[in-house]
Amino acid sequence: MISPNLSAIFYLISGILFILALRGLSSPETSRQGNYFGMAGMTIAILVTFLSIGNFSSSLIYVILLLLIGGSVGAFIAFRIPMTAMPELVAGFHSLVGLAAVFVAISAFLKPEIFNLGSVGNIKIASLIEMSLGAAIGAITFTGSIIAFLKLRGIMSGNPITFFGQHYFNLILGSSLVVLIFYLCKIQSDSLFWLIIIISFLLGVLLIIPIGGADMPVVISMLNSYSGWAAAGIGFTLENTALIITGALVGSSGAILSYIMCKGMNRSFFNVILGGFGGTDQSSFSKNKEQKPVKNGNADDAAFLMKNASSVIIVPGYGMAVAQAQHALREMVDTLKKNGVKVSYAIHPVAGRMPGHMNVLLAEANVPYDEVFELEEINNDFANCDVAYVIGANDVTNPIAKSDPQSPIYGMPILDVEKAKSVLFVKRSLSPGYAGIDNDLFYRDNTLMLFADAKKMTEDIIKSI
Amino acid sequence: MEIDPFIFRLSIFILSIFVGYYVVWSVTPSLHTPLMSVTNAISSVIIVGAIIASLSGISNNIFEVSNIFGFLAIILAAVNIFGGFLVTQRMLQMYKKKKKK
Repeated sequence: MISPNLSAIFYLISGILFILALRGLSSPETSRQGNYFGMAGMTIAILVTFLSIGNFSSSLIYVILLLLIGGSVGAFIAFRIPMTAMPELVAGFHSLVGLAAVFVAISAFLKPEIFNLGSVGNIKIASLIEMSLGAAIGAITFTGSIIAFLKLRGIMSGNPITFFGQHYFNLILGSSLVVLIFYLCKIQSDSLFWLIIIISFLLGVLLIIPIGGADMPVVISMLNSYSGWAAAGIGFTLENTALIITGALVGSSGAILSYIMCKGMNRSFFNVILGGFGGTDQSSFSKNKEQKPVKNGNADDAAFLMKNASSVIIVPGYGMAVAQAQHALREMVDTLKKNGVKVSYAIHPVAGRMPGHMNVLLAEANVPYDEVFELEEINNDFANCDVAYVIGANDVTNPIAKSDPQSPIYGMPILDVEKAKSVLFVKRSLSPGYAGIDNDLFYRDNTLMLFADAKKMTEDIIKSI
Repeated sequence: MEIDPFIFRLSIFILSIFVGYYVVWSVTPSLHTPLMSVTNAISSVIIVGAIIASLSGISNNIFEVSNIFGFLAIILAAVNIFGGFLVTQRMLQMYKKKKKK
């Protein structure tokens, strides 16, 4: 049994270790060490909690057993999950944090005396507000993440689901939460507390269903942020520094990532959250498509172009992840390098389904990270490069974002692929991308369309080189 | 009049938001995915609350409703802690520099 003051110091230390864990991610070299700091922080927090409770009865064995069960499930998932499934894994993990926050809030509400919050029916007002906020945000995170998970996994369609008056309905639900929390403080009734949780569960679902599949990077970051605020809410309830610090860190981290993702699409946060974007209007595109000619190439043409180029820039997108083409891609690049071609990779901030998604896939395929560049770093190089190889990306290369103010993606920063001497576009069909707009690039003279599965085409190119 | 301890916690909270803001902006974009998985792992420090809920108090009967919720929260958070840190570790191990020839 250790004193509350001493345990508070230890919680502070674990909070600092968490800060160092994030700090380590400023470069790949320090990142591994940072992760160890994070693990150390977590170990300290858990051990100190055991010591400060000082309950070494048989129930401790149950707790440790549960810890090990959960831990082995987590470890099993961590080792087995393919890197392409990272977005849904993270969404799934967010839902667990959310639900854990709800459970902790429930048990604090049912038994406030063990958390020093007063007694049943007579809980301190501040604690009530904190725990109901924690529970509400946790519940929204839980169901919201489940919907995000289902959409990313493809179990649920990625199309936005909208209905009449949706936003007003959400607004009513949101304001009813505020009213309910207010009355909960007054009458402290159980049923109000349950009602708050149920409404929050519902709100989580309704908030995420109108958001389309390719906006998932914003959604995941946003839910990341929510899970942090939920943890902070519980941290205030438990008067625990480690939780408050962590909640604030995670909350601001998720918020910054959402901001970066929105900026990568030149859309406001509210525009994304309100959803309904990307409803493809197929009919209007099928008409003008047939009129414009495209140059259709095969693997031999592509191999010829790239073999004789002096520099090639690869532009990967979500299609690469879907086709699992990253390993084939790296092999192709290796072959090109043997032929003396200079190759680099250009990554758009919103390529893929979560922040940094492409980078992880390339790293998995053993692409050295110093060959991979962000948009601002590499965009000027397209003008001097011979071939741009666009694999599974579309909207992020569409020059219409620079020229047509009417276009839904106008103003979005794009990779200046069209400046390359020739553009190779690996794509399954001419269908418009997520934004539902035709890509002008397909019809340019210097573009060669390679209609095939990304992985298959890349493998064919390797053979012909 | 003494300062309410709540104000101290609020100060910690707000200062941590600022720390988080500056630290996260310095994270390199190529590590944004590991950033998400590691923040996921550390936010599971909520397990502290779950442990208190399951162990604290004089409970002859550890299977009261509040304890059960604590137990469930422990399992969920533990999945996240181990899963989050280990998958981050796995990802970070893949980031390699160009081999010098």
